Amino acid sequence: MEYVSPEGLRSDGRRPMEMRQIRAEIGAVSKADGSAIFEMGNTKVIAAVYGPREVQNRSQQMSDKALVRCEYSMANFSTGDRMRKPKGDRRSTEISLVIRQTMEECILTHLMPRSQIDIYVQVLQADGGTRSACINAATLALADAGIPMLDLVTSCSAGYLNSTPLLDLNYVEDSAGGPDVTVGILPKLDKVTLLQMDSKLPIDILENVMQLATEGCKAIANYIREILLENTKQLEYRRGS
Amino acid sequence: MLHNKSFVKKTKGGKVIRQVREHYLRDDIYCGAPSCTICNTSGARLSASPSTILVLDTNVVLNQIDLLENPAIDDVVVLSIVLDEVKNKNLSVYNRLRAICSNPMRKFFVFSNEYHRDTYVKEMSGETKNDRNDRAIRVASQWYQKHLGDAIKVLLVTNDKENKRKASEEGICAETVESYVKSLDRPDLLDLLVRPSSEDVEMEDVEDHRPSKRKIIYAEHKPMSEITSGLHRGIYHQGKLRVNRYNPFEAYVGSESIGDEIIIYGRSNMNRAFDGDIVAVELLPQDQWQGEKSMSIASEEDEDDDDVHLAPNSADVAPRTIPQQSSTGEINAGSGRPSGCIVGIIKRNWQSYCGSLEPMPIPGGSRGVAYALFVSKDRRFPKIRIQTRQLENLLDKRIIVSVDSWDRQSRYPSGHYVRTVGKIGDKDTETEVVLIENDINSRPFSAQVLACLPPLPWSVSSEDLSIPFRQDLRHLRVFSVDPPGCKDIDDALHCIALPNGNFDVGVHIADVTNFVFPGTPLDDEASQRGTSVYLVEKRIDMLPKPLTEDVCSLRSDVERLAFSVIWEMTPEADIISTRYTKSVIKSAAALSYVEAQARMDDSRLMDPVTTDLRNMNSLAKKMRLRRIENGALTLASAEVKFQIDTETHNPLDIGIYQIKEANQMVEEFMLAANVSVAQQILKSFPLCSLLRRHPTPTKEMLEPLLRVSAAIGLNLDVSSSKALADSLDHAVGDDPYFNKLIRILTTRCMSQAVYFCSGDLSPPEYHHYGLATPLYTHFTSPIRRYADVIVHRLLAASIGISKLPSVFQDRLQLTSIADNLNYRHRNAQMAGRASVELNTLIYFRTRPTDTEARVVKIRSNGFFVFVPKFGIEGPVYLTTRAEKGSGEWYVDEQEQKIKKMDGSFSYSILQTVQIHLEVVEPQPNRPKLQLTLI
Ligand SMILES: [Zn+2]
Repeated sequence: MEYVSPEGLRSDGRRPMEMRQIRAEIGAVSKADGSAIFEMGNTKVIAAVYGPREVQNRSQQMSDKALVRCEYSMANFSTGDRMRKPKGDRRSTEISLVIRQTMEECILTHLMPRSQIDIYVQVLQADGGTRSACINAATLALADAGIPMLDLVTSCSAGYLNSTPLLDLNYVEDSAGGPDVTVGILPKLDKVTLLQMDSKLPIDILENVMQLATEGCKAIANYIREILLENTKQLEYRRGS
Repeated sequence: MLHNKSFVKKTKGGKVIRQVREHYLRDDIYCGAPSCTICNTSGARLSASPSTILVLDTNVVLNQIDLLENPAIDDVVVLSIVLDEVKNKNLSVYNRLRAICSNPMRKFFVFSNEYHRDTYVKEMSGETKNDRNDRAIRVASQWYQKHLGDAIKVLLVTNDKENKRKASEEGICAETVESYVKSLDRPDLLDLLVRPSSEDVEMEDVEDHRPSKRKIIYAEHKPMSEITSGLHRGIYHQGKLRVNRYNPFEAYVGSESIGDEIIIYGRSNMNRAFDGDIVAVELLPQDQWQGEKSMSIASEEDEDDDDVHLAPNSADVAPRTIPQQSSTGEINAGSGRPSGCIVGIIKRNWQSYCGSLEPMPIPGGSRGVAYALFVSKDRRFPKIRIQTRQLENLLDKRIIVSVDSWDRQSRYPSGHYVRTVGKIGDKDTETEVVLIENDINSRPFSAQVLACLPPLPWSVSSEDLSIPFRQDLRHLRVFSVDPPGCKDIDDALHCIALPNGNFDVGVHIADVTNFVFPGTPLDDEASQRGTSVYLVEKRIDMLPKPLTEDVCSLRSDVERLAFSVIWEMTPEADIISTRYTKSVIKSAAALSYVEAQARMDDSRLMDPVTTDLRNMNSLAKKMRLRRIENGALTLASAEVKFQIDTETHNPLDIGIYQIKEANQMVEEFMLAANVSVAQQILKSFPLCSLLRRHPTPTKEMLEPLLRVSAAIGLNLDVSSSKALADSLDHAVGDDPYFNKLIRILTTRCMSQAVYFCSGDLSPPEYHHYGLATPLYTHFTSPIRRYADVIVHRLLAASIGISKLPSVFQDRLQLTSIADNLNYRHRNAQMAGRASVELNTLIYFRTRPTDTEARVVKIRSNGFFVFVPKFGIEGPVYLTTRAEKGSGEWYVDEQEQKIKKMDGSFSYSILQTVQIHLEVVEPQPNRPKLQLTLI
């Protein structure tokens, strides 16, 4: 299959190093302490954060830090075939775990002992790169909830098809079965907190692909910072009036 | 700019789902005209100031790709929508179009109209996909005209009437291909145009009669739906059609559904199918299962006779024979094999064919347009009708022709002229024909490939020596033994007596993979070529000349890099230990077989190299004996050798290549190295090793041999290779040549060995029948065979000195590499044989000869003879064509004899006859070799 034409265009008209259009919105769920919607192309994810609050199950309470929980799900209407997926299948358990571990890494949990933070993420529309979109939405929701964090975590994926590193794979490219690297970084600290790949790649190519994904993460971080800044201004404006 | 495309799609499970895909529209797609002031012109491909720019529609590309390949057509804008449509409809045309677009000599520019902000069009409601795409093409043409201004004319080339009409309405210049080409005033280009299929032809163009009066010759092809259901119900069988190379009226379809080959006799049963087509076959009723005309040499009245050919050296190149019926035409009970007729063609395999026009008088009066019949040089293909305006010019030329269509009313398919190769009979032309026919790439290596070569002049550097795994073997007395004048020396040997009485024996092979790295253009090219091709006076290299003749070649007195297999052997030639290492060697002598033989035979010579040679020879003889005891076959073929005039390049002398003991000695050590390496790589990489297997011949393949041996009272046991080898040893007749003849006949019953990927088969299938070894591969000729390059990489990885390239993790790709190597290998062989045949013809043109020949096949109107002295085989007729079937002669199948009715005269199989060899020209420009009885 040809995923990059000799003219250097991908099937959706992007060039190899281009990301899909991204869009974010803060405060989509009013009941939650923090929430956000994050879109990468046609992938759309909603995240809601509750907490810090009292630990529901006392036996899980930790005296030195907060308990972080995460639940990931996919809306039944998120893919074209409207399949009813059982809750808690292996894939969602795994993604929940990945998101929880990545977020836990940057939340300053020691500041909130004996409390619990719940992160809910749901995929509303799936078109490749759901993992990254979930992490980006969760970051925004956590920031919206005012939870203290080391840094923002942002994530982006990159793949390798037709001997070309490609940024931010869409569903068609993702289904090609080629290598797909998902990277999460702490942009200010320039630290990688997440690296996942489910295929083989020679080490020198992996470095290139990873570098590309990292660039993507940085671009997303810039965008998220802008959104947060805008949001803060709005709040200030409302309070001031 | 973002835009969402949504469409519905049917899934594999049959569900219909709606899909939404993002579609980004851009403003950074440029027009490709270097003179443009708006666009970025760095990637511009069109001429600096073209007067006209062509925009093609999809059907023009699909139908007229031969025209587009002609350099006269340039300044073409290829729209991405057209590329997409072409790709969906015909991948081979797509690849050819892409090749033109990427050729720096041509001015074809790909414009991604589907992603351009101003040229993307959205499907309107009620509009079909075709209409939408036609509109996209018109919108792009219009954009170009507006964008480039009035100085440049943008011409839309389309043969679709509706599209052309709409274009004119929208103010776009549009023309049909025919009228555009006519406007160029180049009559030769008109020949390249594909003929529209017969219903579209204007009446005056049809030289036959009106369509209604034209006779229907062939049965209708069943519609695809009917074929599918027929295949499903088991009444039709699907398979690839293979036409008998020596009898185009006989073809075979290997059918999995009935587990046997179905034979298709005659043109009407073949129903317009070509060799290589995937067809649907229906079996004929059992009482029609027969091989009616297979017995006589010439099959149908309008075809040429069988030509004289080089004697086959394996079953793969030998004519196929059908079990014969008794001479009276009755069918032997149980001898009938499934016969069928073709009811439909599932996938066409039409290509370009190389040949010449059938001689014909030049018609007077007609305004230059004439119909002619093209005869392919490869007899598997039918004649092709073409229309030409340059008949006079083409009659004595070798030309290339493409097929366009074949309808039920036409005896022959129609096609069009593509290009001229050269004059018939001209040696260069005929050599090129041989290359084209066998799909051999003889073009010079590209700049990208040459850029991969090491800096020249190259010599072993201190870095090479300092690599820890490279052993310095320069002190060893290494030498090579090859055919005289060999420049691509792949292998060298050493043999040193050890203090304990054993021998240290080494086979040193050119270290090609030190220079050819995986994934480079050089590697890709070598992988595609697969093998060097040896013609009589020309070699087409797999690797560029500096590597082939210098850097890799293990020449004498220079230091070279090698990959060595080193054994410790007892004087009884038992291997005690084997090791593999990369090395540096310095060959002390490059000997020819004759020189090596002369040294060994001259008892006065006692120099070290000669002593080594004698030691090796004694080891080799023991190894050979052991191999034969294990059942290896000593086969024989008659390899022809020419002495070529250095001035005219014409053959001066011709004779059979004499095999010396020295040849066998070198061969023995190469076999041993290959077997050792095969074991080593398979041990490390059981799933991705490249090996070589030789399938055990089936009963059916040995049938002709058994028939002959039964007729002459020779008892051959073919139950195993060991049994066959033994009975061949015992086959001695009255004359000294008898045994060799039987071996030659045996050899041609065997199929050839093939490469395969070890993961694709199970170990018992790895067996090499001819060598009687469970494992075999090719390691010893990496300069001229790509298989050996792969095996070198496997061996290097298996001894831990390099990583295994990523291709070995992809079994599908590995399998396709092996398939390509088999294809290339076979083609190289066919080309080599054709080249020998060509030179044989040139040689005998001025030298009619009387010689001895042996009858090898009996036919109803004559027999085939083999001429040992020249290695050729051909028909000898006892009855002339006019007398055919007069019943003067009859065949005794049991005794393999052809007898005169009155019993006065007979010829039997293997009998010696005296024949006269002469080149005749029954038709102008069509010389051929003729054999007649003296
Ligand atoms: Zn322009």
